[in-house]
Amino acid sequence: MNRPRPKNQAAGRQPPAGVRQAAPQAPVRRPPMRVRPTAPIVPPSNIQGNALMVVIAIMSFLACLTLGGVSMVRATAASWQSQISREVTIQIKPDEGLDMEAALAKARDLALTFVGTKDAVVMDDQATARLLEPWLGTGLNLDELPVPRLIVVTIDESNPPDFDSMRTQLQKEVPQAFLDDHRTWVDRLVSMAHTTVMIGLAILALVFVAMVLTVVFATRGALSGNRHIVEVLHFVGAEASFIAREFQKHFLKISLKGSAAGGTLAALCFAAANVWQSHTLATPQTDQATALFGTFTIGWGGYLGIFATMLVIALLTTITARLTVMRTIDEIDQVRSDPLRMDYLPD
Amino acid sequence: MIHFENVGLRYGMGPEILRDLTFDIPAKSFQFLTGPSGAGKTTLLRLLFTSLKPTRGIIRMFDRDLAGIPRGELPMMRRRVGIVFQDFRLLDHLTTYENVALPLRVRGKDESTYKTDVLELLKWVGLGERINVLPPVLSGGEKQRAAIARALIDRPEILLADEPTGNVDPPMAQRLLNLFLELNRLGTAVVIATHDLGLMDQLDARRMILTEGRLDIYE
Repeated sequence: MNRPRPKNQAAGRQPPAGVRQAAPQAPVRRPPMRVRPTAPIVPPSNIQGNALMVVIAIMSFLACLTLGGVSMVRATAASWQSQISREVTIQIKPDEGLDMEAALAKARDLALTFVGTKDAVVMDDQATARLLEPWLGTGLNLDELPVPRLIVVTIDESNPPDFDSMRTQLQKEVPQAFLDDHRTWVDRLVSMAHTTVMIGLAILALVFVAMVLTVVFATRGALSGNRHIVEVLHFVGAEASFIAREFQKHFLKISLKGSAAGGTLAALCFAAANVWQSHTLATPQTDQATALFGTFTIGWGGYLGIFATMLVIALLTTITARLTVMRTIDEIDQVRSDPLRMDYLPD
Repeated sequence: MIHFENVGLRYGMGPEILRDLTFDIPAKSFQFLTGPSGAGKTTLLRLLFTSLKPTRGIIRMFDRDLAGIPRGELPMMRRRVGIVFQDFRLLDHLTTYENVALPLRVRGKDESTYKTDVLELLKWVGLGERINVLPPVLSGGEKQRAAIARALIDRPEILLADEPTGNVDPPMAQRLLNLFLELNRLGTAVVIATHDLGLMDQLDARRMILTEGRLDIYE
């Protein structure tokens, strides 16, 4: 079928007879009208879209902050565990007739014979006195008191020695020696660290669920303002996949902008806290903050997590947009078979 | 081209809005669809546009039974039908040019392949100077012509127009009628739903009159 050609055929638009014959006259040349660059089918910015971007930015900021927090707590807990399990102590109690210095040397040498021990240092009188200072005060003469002496043994964490065997050997060679591998403390700290990380993960899960619901509902809200576009596209013969693609593109842009803003802000917060901490080392405030929260370092894993959170949010928004558009098209089609679903009844 | 046989439509459990409609719309034909308010003109247009399904009866369109066409194929069917809505349904954030080009855009065509056609069509409907204008700035008649141009841009086999002269003054109504006639002369079947007796009297065309859901046809 021929499409109507605009050759002035429409009634009332034909040029008067003679005009064509007057062609030799110089025609009035008007510059051809320029068409603006084609706008996207879904309007790039509207109130709902901007509101959605802000919601996504806030939710991704909170989610990334929680994720970074959990990653920080996990690192701190791991560091507690590592610090305490890096060393074991051999304690030698004084006894009548015991040559303490000889016993210390014997126990130290014995400890060093085990595979997995790196170093063993006998704590000298001054260091022992410093340890007892909080209880017994200064100016302590250790020779006057039956004070146990300590040997600090540094062990290879990845390949620790056989403590049971070491303990048995020590008992045999130096009966006054007692090996403390800090297991009780390590177990308690490990369990505390695990509890802390679990609580953090639970909070993270809650924040993520809240984020998912907020993003889903905000996306659906933003889409409801565009329902008329879906209808028009549907009626001009657009396939459902085309319409879904257009909206997906639009919402992917919005969500990437929002989640990038929120994620970047959260990452900057951690970076700023880290810089502050490293510039105020050994001050009471920093020591307190470090004791409470550990170091404000989330590492590459944390930053990677923040990046992954941004991607998850973007993906989530895009999928929600697609599903909502498909549902809207479904509703339009349901009206087709059940006109009672129509907002208004036609003439 | 389109064949209705004993078609009926009701909303839910209510009475039938359209009853026992049996008629043909031949290719290249021109007809008015008229009747009092509430007679079911828009509903019949929606049936013709496949945006409603009949409660009973058979509708054959382009040699295919609509009942047997899967949902995914309906967009292809709608591409062969142009529709001008009573409320125009232009997208306010797109210019006149972009609105008219929309059906081609959704078919995945590149702008370079249709730009000239769209501009020529816009000139043909008298909107050559309004290509970059957004719909809220257009007058009622201009919106109507933009909606018609959008319906025509992909050379549909049939054009359905719901009250196309409802929002325009008599000279503009005359101009639009001439446009439809020209289109029909070039081979497109035209169905115009209207109340406008004056408009119908200007033309010796087939009249489909709906009264209380029943259709009488005067050739």
